[in-house]
Amino acid sequence: MDLAFLIATMERLLAGVPLTLELSALSISTGAAIAVLFAVLRTSSRVGEWLVRAYVYMLRGTPLLLQIFLIYYGLAQFAAVRESLLWPFLREPFWCALLALTLNTAAYGSEIVRGGLQSVAQGAIDAGRAAGMSRLLLYRRIVLPLALRQALPAYGNEMIAMVKSTSLASIVTLMELSGIAYAVISETYRAFETFLCAGSIYLAINFLIARGIAWAEHRLNPHLRPAA
Amino acid sequence: MSLPHPLLRALAGAAALALLATPALAKEWTKVVIATEGAYAPYNLHAPDGKLIGFEIDLANDLCARVKLTCEFVAQDWDGIIPGLNAGKYDAIMDGMSITAKRLEVINFSRAYTRSPTTFAVEKTSPLAHMPDTGKRVSLDDKAATEAAIKELTPALKGKIIGVQIATIQADLLNTYFKGVVEIRTYKTTEEHDLDLAAGRVDAALASTSYFVSTLSKPGGDKLVLAGPLFTGGLLGQGTGVGLRKSDPELKELFDRAISEAIADGTIRTLSLKWFKTDISPPPSS
Amino acid sequence: MDLGGYFTLIGFGPAGWGDQLLAAALMTLAVSASAFFASLAFGLVGAAAKLAPSALLRGLAEAYTTIFRGVPDLLVIYLFYFGGSQALSALGHLFGHAGFLGLNAFMVGTLAVGLVAGAYQTEVIRGAYFAIPPGEIEAARAVGMGRLLMLRRITGPRALRFALPGMGNVWQQVLKESALISVTGLAEILREIHIGAGSTHLPFDFYVTGFFLYLALTTLSGFLFRGAEAWTMRAERRPA
Repeated sequence: MDLAFLIATMERLLAGVPLTLELSALSISTGAAIAVLFAVLRTSSRVGEWLVRAYVYMLRGTPLLLQIFLIYYGLAQFAAVRESLLWPFLREPFWCALLALTLNTAAYGSEIVRGGLQSVAQGAIDAGRAAGMSRLLLYRRIVLPLALRQALPAYGNEMIAMVKSTSLASIVTLMELSGIAYAVISETYRAFETFLCAGSIYLAINFLIARGIAWAEHRLNPHLRPAA
Repeated sequence: MSLPHPLLRALAGAAALALLATPALAKEWTKVVIATEGAYAPYNLHAPDGKLIGFEIDLANDLCARVKLTCEFVAQDWDGIIPGLNAGKYDAIMDGMSITAKRLEVINFSRAYTRSPTTFAVEKTSPLAHMPDTGKRVSLDDKAATEAAIKELTPALKGKIIGVQIATIQADLLNTYFKGVVEIRTYKTTEEHDLDLAAGRVDAALASTSYFVSTLSKPGGDKLVLAGPLFTGGLLGQGTGVGLRKSDPELKELFDRAISEAIADGTIRTLSLKWFKTDISPPPSS
Repeated sequence: MDLGGYFTLIGFGPAGWGDQLLAAALMTLAVSASAFFASLAFGLVGAAAKLAPSALLRGLAEAYTTIFRGVPDLLVIYLFYFGGSQALSALGHLFGHAGFLGLNAFMVGTLAVGLVAGAYQTEVIRGAYFAIPPGEIEAARAVGMGRLLMLRRITGPRALRFALPGMGNVWQQVLKESALISVTGLAEILREIHIGAGSTHLPFDFYVTGFFLYLALTTLSGFLFRGAEAWTMRAERRPA
């Protein structure tokens, strides 16, 4: 194990971490917002339900890499797209990858939020209605907080999955962590050491997320804490 | 070094069988497995029916016939092509690979069978279509001429995005002479940077002129044009050669002999005109 | 998008990529099945290790699941693709075997995806094992069943019933992850689609085709697994 090489590789790889974190954070947060919207849309009307179900079916039934390629290379085939208002965004690999990641996590996230919504006790909803709460107030004060708390562990897993998914952005020229790792391996052919370095960085990020979720769960579940 | 325990040896043998081991080939060559990308037209490409075709496939069949070898082609991605050779996955590489000093450190090459310069491809409507020194031959061995060309190109290229294939001589050229001047985007295959050039995501692509022949003939290729100087020599190497293991000098001798014959009797010229519409065979003396 | 031209492109004629795409779809199924069975093997070993009395085994299994669920699959594939042959040849030399021990693209895909999916399978199998009502295990012991007989008649079938939904998810995961194996050059769906796109400069046509191919495969898989789940639950009493 060549320590000098490991240190040099770590330095190169760490340069890609900001981009990895940017892609992860933006896609997770935007995707979560869309997921909540979808989950609510699903319960609102027949058309809404059908639309969301079709969306989730298509995005969970195909590989993320294909979705990235479709947006990055596929859309650019059309002159109409290249001359549209969206082109300054779709031209950049960053926005294409972000779009694909966000759309993908929104699909998985909406299923998780749906599970959370279903877990809200009917009694709590009835009590809220009996107290005269409007639908919006009911959602804001009762349903969503309870649903999101229930969904937190599963959403934590989804967040970790998204951090790993950002590695696919390297395949459309983005130099995040995996892109740099690939470049190092292509030049030096030292796959094991590079895997060791890049892998530990991803593990560190995911460990922090897991800890963060555990802390949030602890904070949000005061009734489950052991008696003082 | 071998393990004495019979059970362990049996297990190792079974593992080897299960993982498609190929025994070391004898010095008497009868069959050669040649690796190529299938994504570097017109040198090599995939036909719609999945077969590998191209200039190099035709050439290899001719060369192998000359030295009484049977040759077989396998597709292999560019990023793993040299380690695969040294690991023994195949015996030769024919993938438009240039003979460079850097590569000679790890593998051996036959003599060159084509020579073509490197240049930029840009959209006709781009300001880069009027790059200075367009069409002028610049040898990277000539320091003065190279520096002059770089100086002239820098203002035109400043801040532009250039696409190249990863780990190629063209990537080396950009990293060595234009680092900090242009934004370099690396792609796994040349076809990918072509797609992005057509889409306008990169302002130019840098590759061999012989490769761009195919780019300009694909749908949308009429909107592209070659621009900038024709770079040769220096880190770009001395033409494309057959990549071989350092431990196979007899194979190198066979290929060298076959290529020299093919150049002398004009076969390479004929094949070159067929696939590239221009003669990129090396002069017989080189 | 020229619809007539599109159908020629993906059709089975001489200029059509249809037979390639079909062969690629079969390859996707083949490598996915191979990786899935590998993941079952790794998962069984991992689950057994996690349930073992030895702290060392539990620790190793914990490390395995943490690493392979925490590192992107793409990196694992690069590890095997770039490092696999060298490691294996070195291992082979250790055992006295000269020459090349190869990891072809299919094996790289099977091992890499199998290892990652195996980490998830470990948890599925472990969870299924714990879901078996302890009363059934006690009853089996009371009747005097030996360990092996109990495994064959009680634990195995019951665990399978609980594990099947989780395994269905892992299968879908494996099917989609097989697309990543395209970076090794294996002629599966995404690879062929990508080659076609680069070759013809019609990326949208090809990627949309790939989209529907994968959707067909995951839909079919969904049907089959739901059918299998219903079959394993055939003895359960349904609410009237």
